[in-house]
Amino acid sequence: MKETELHHDKDIRDDLAWSQINSDILKSLENPRRGYWYTVIGCLVLLAIGITAAVLQYRYGLGMAKNHPHMWNLYIATFIFWIGMSHSGTLLSAILHIVHADWRKPIYRFAEAMTTFSLMTALLFPVIHLGRLWNFYWVIPYIPARGTWPNFRSPLSWDGFAIMTYLTSSALFLYIGMLPDLAIARDNTTGWRKKLYSTLSLGWYGSDRQWRIFRKAYMLMAIFLIPLAVSVHSIVSSDFAMSIMPGWHVTTFPPYFVSGALYSGCAAIVTLFILLRYYFRWEEYMTLAILEKICKLTFAIAMVWTYLNLVEFSSVWYGHDIYAKEVLWSKMTGAYAPAFWSMMFFGSVLPFTLAFQKLRRHIPTMMAVSILLNVGMWLERWMIVSPTLAESFYPWAWDVLWPTLTSWAIVLGSFGWFGLLFLTFVKIFPSVSMYEVKEMVYHRKLAREKGAAHGHAGGAQPAFSLSMRKEDGS
Amino acid sequence: MSLDNLTKDWSRYRKGIEEGGFHNYEHRWGMAIDLNACIGCNACSTACYAENNLAVVGKERFSKGHYMHWMRIERYWDEDQAREEFPDQGAHFLPMLCQQCGAAPCEPVCPVAATYHTPDGLNAQVYNRCIGSRYCSNNCPYRVRYFNFWSYPESAWPEPLNLQLNPDITVRDKGVMEKCTFCVQRIRTAKDKAKMENRKVKDGEFTTACAQACPTSAIHFGDLMDAESAVTQLWAKHQVKRHDEQGLPVSTQHKQNPALRGYRVLEELNTDPSVMYLERVREELA
Repeated sequence: MKETELHHDKDIRDDLAWSQINSDILKSLENPRRGYWYTVIGCLVLLAIGITAAVLQYRYGLGMAKNHPHMWNLYIATFIFWIGMSHSGTLLSAILHIVHADWRKPIYRFAEAMTTFSLMTALLFPVIHLGRLWNFYWVIPYIPARGTWPNFRSPLSWDGFAIMTYLTSSALFLYIGMLPDLAIARDNTTGWRKKLYSTLSLGWYGSDRQWRIFRKAYMLMAIFLIPLAVSVHSIVSSDFAMSIMPGWHVTTFPPYFVSGALYSGCAAIVTLFILLRYYFRWEEYMTLAILEKICKLTFAIAMVWTYLNLVEFSSVWYGHDIYAKEVLWSKMTGAYAPAFWSMMFFGSVLPFTLAFQKLRRHIPTMMAVSILLNVGMWLERWMIVSPTLAESFYPWAWDVLWPTLTSWAIVLGSFGWFGLLFLTFVKIFPSVSMYEVKEMVYHRKLAREKGAAHGHAGGAQPAFSLSMRKEDGS
Repeated sequence: MSLDNLTKDWSRYRKGIEEGGFHNYEHRWGMAIDLNACIGCNACSTACYAENNLAVVGKERFSKGHYMHWMRIERYWDEDQAREEFPDQGAHFLPMLCQQCGAAPCEPVCPVAATYHTPDGLNAQVYNRCIGSRYCSNNCPYRVRYFNFWSYPESAWPEPLNLQLNPDITVRDKGVMEKCTFCVQRIRTAKDKAKMENRKVKDGEFTTACAQACPTSAIHFGDLMDAESAVTQLWAKHQVKRHDEQGLPVSTQHKQNPALRGYRVLEELNTDPSVMYLERVREELA
């Protein structure tokens, strides 16, 4: 047997019984590993830090976080970061659904939840960074008694519309996709959970008609969501691209932002994949073969991102706009150079670890790499926002600002907020799609039997899959 | 929306009739600042603090960039002018204030339309509407918009200093953006008075606080729509135009006569500023 074949193990065991799938997944609602609770405590601490800082900033003023030329800073950078995180849920659940990549089935549910929650985190930032945050709703085009509308020319008000639309649709998509599983949970639980799932499953009993309507609705939402996902980050990028500032006024920003978004989202999926696999002992479902596939996807997107970076640099370089060139040069050599070069290292060099199969299958390495990739992507957002503010057209207003403690605290707090939302979700709702995993197992089994009948090996490599399971620790 | 409407030149919606646009502007307030006359005494800035209720923020906050000076004096040095015994020779000053751009980059980006264009050609800032997203400041190439980072009224005017506040204009609280208004309260008063007396506003009838306080009369203020006003004549003398005969923007970057000193700051961005500066002239040193 050749080396390449040896590592071509299965995405999922095709001899899993349906009842076992039910019980394995539903167990996640009851008994996570202790690490789960430690993470919850960690998130609570972060959130407390963030809330304290936000309250202080609210009381004393935004001077705690910014200064004159730096009107935007970490808050907007982190806002873009969280919006970016939200993209890969849609990639996994909608795009891969449409192209029939069935390996997404065990992992798309939590990715979709990540989408919804990171959008909810992102939404906090434009509000936190407002000078008079109690008036944030003026950006929304409600029917105003005073006849005042938002300014429809401003990319910030487009942001509001785009994000609200995406949030509603992705939450709906998450919910629709969960219906059959909620019904399974309803039938297998007692107490408050039973009441909750009974209400939420909307009387699902799995009739033929229900399934047909469900399939249609799900497909429709998936198709609806794809252009939305692309448009949301394009619109966020127009906050910058529509301005006249050097370093922001860049034509390639929309695709650049979308690729960066998919990149950080995929890296985050790897992190959460590893965490959930550990918390809920899901080695049978979140297999190394699937991890490998996401890693390959991440690698591909990393290369697209690197390419778009080079496009941006070279078009600035050959464009000979002195201001834009100056900003680019100061990014590379000025005060922010360490952050810039770490971004380039984490974003473009580090993903090459994903090119090696040995590393892709090594869980601690992948955990570290996926987190560092996201550090790189966070730095990228910061390097979009700050250097331009530090050195724009007018030399009198050139100033370098290092983030203050308050803004760091609020950024950390947002991670706590996201973590808590996510961890609560995975404890209340089945975060692996039971009905789709059953489907996947069934299809694989069918394929194997057909393959056997036609005299193919058909993915059955008993010796290897045994050794794999040992490696997985199950 | 008809196709006809879509193919229209929409920039005409912000232009006056004289530029081939749709607006019948009453006035277009403008300035000319002579850098030859400026001695950097900061009287204009001080007058502005007094007139417009600007908060004095203190040394510490100033050094952090939390200043509120609508009119600021910038210092630059022509290094080739410096001599060993006079290292500061070659210093010169540039009073910088809101340029009241005709095509202001700050206006379209405000999410709640708190900054907009008045029929006088001013960039108005509506404090009550501002939610403090600070996008306008980010998009201002001159960086002349100032944000209330702290609640200045709590500390800037302890009793009895609150009595010095100008009753004609508001005191801004934390979280709103503010900037030079060309002393809009004086403009309004003059216009109201002229209306009562059923006449037009006369040139030199009123002026901004900075122009009033300038000891060397470096700052000239007036109506650019009024062909007779001193400012219009200064602009014409230095051949600084807002637009050519077709209403297209023109730049002084390629001016024919280098002896003419007029220019507008960052004109190449096509922001159409209302402030013309007159370059500082220096003796040639051997």
